[in-house]
Amino acid sequence: MKNLISMRDLSKDEILNLMDIAGKIETGKIIPDLQRKLAALLFFEPSTRTMFSFDTAMKRMNGDTIIMSGTKNTSAKKGETFADTLQTIAQYSDIIIMRSPIEGAARYASEVVDVPVVNAGDGANQHPTQALLDLYSIIKTQGTLENLKIGLAGDLRFGRTVHSLAQAMALFNVEFKFFSPSFLQMPQYIKDDLSTKNIKFEELKDIEGNIDDLDILYVTRIQKERFASPEDYEKVKGSYILNKSMLDGVKTNMKVMHPLPRVDEIATDVDDTEYAYYFPQAKNGVFTRQAIISILLGEV
Amino acid sequence: MEQVKQIKVNAIKNGTVIDHITAGRVQKVLEIVNLDSPETVMIGMNLHSNKIGKKDIIKIENKVLSQDEVNSIALIAPKATLIIIKDFEVVSKDYLELPEKISNLIVCPNPKCITNEEIINSEFRLTEDTPPQVRCSYCEKKYPIEEVKIKK
Repeated sequence: MKNLISMRDLSKDEILNLMDIAGKIETGKIIPDLQRKLAALLFFEPSTRTMFSFDTAMKRMNGDTIIMSGTKNTSAKKGETFADTLQTIAQYSDIIIMRSPIEGAARYASEVVDVPVVNAGDGANQHPTQALLDLYSIIKTQGTLENLKIGLAGDLRFGRTVHSLAQAMALFNVEFKFFSPSFLQMPQYIKDDLSTKNIKFEELKDIEGNIDDLDILYVTRIQKERFASPEDYEKVKGSYILNKSMLDGVKTNMKVMHPLPRVDEIATDVDDTEYAYYFPQAKNGVFTRQAIISILLGEV
Repeated sequence: MEQVKQIKVNAIKNGTVIDHITAGRVQKVLEIVNLDSPETVMIGMNLHSNKIGKKDIIKIENKVLSQDEVNSIALIAPKATLIIIKDFEVVSKDYLELPEKISNLIVCPNPKCITNEEIINSEFRLTEDTPPQVRCSYCEKKYPIEEVKIKK
């Protein structure tokens, strides 16, 4: 693995190897030492969480970071090409980790520079490190990625997180339940991909009463702005808000996941239950990103 | 040999015949072919075809298509046949095929794609044959072939 640009580039074996290394980093069986290694975090689009997670991952391994957030202090405003900006930054750093609103920007960056590139999100396209930390959270809580039943709830149309996760999990023999309003359903091209791989899925309108057989319930936020009117939003929002009483009767191994930030789609009374896993999931992001960086820098 | 007879009837001594163009797409094919020189060009539209029902056809005197032109034509007329004529004889006949990798021939329809932001070559991969679909190697969006624009 030279770069991490898209989940499409990863084989099942590469994913499992990465999970294994993340696990060994978490338990201290592998302690990568990235002293004197520098990661350039280029965030052409704001993202506190993902940026902090990468920054933490580097610093936990004795590495360091240089950070560019937004474009206002850069040469881009002076008319410098994107390729020139990248090539210059690559002279300073050992690895480039970038987020951009432009789709395919990370792929292009990986063709322009000699150092490894990690895609930390390119518009509505890919966010592979989020998908990998989600997989790591699933394998850690379920002991396997095979033969699981996974519910994805919320905005399944525009959420790149659920797209990447559905595609990644399709490499394993899973079954899906999709919960969303009809106009925010999983896009047809993802459903076609799943059908081609003989992955079973069901599309449902309500979370309540439909989660007793799930191993994972992955909740995402539905943005009010997606609806034609605030009234339309109010009418359906209750169907996609998870609260504690809805968890009666779920499987004991079931975990509720969320990419964060949460607004009100998971009631705070869920936080104290044994099912809540969204904050440990964020912590898993650090181990997963440590593993990704270590692999790309040849340190493990 | 019926094909050869038909070409002789249309009297093109040397040049290229693009046959079995999907009916209605001849105009798009003409946009691809560089016709700067003042050669004879014959166009047939909505002709009967045993192979594809209705077809369009183009015959161009003294013209050999470049590989880029051939690849571009394959994108909009994937069932076309390319025939090279020398001294009224067919010297080669090739069935066009969509290439697996399509480099710098298509404009990505996604306005947020890097290929529409920076001056870089586009690249698409053929994902399905029937109906033909291509995926942008950069933004990873998938499109039916008729939705993409050919680069000028």
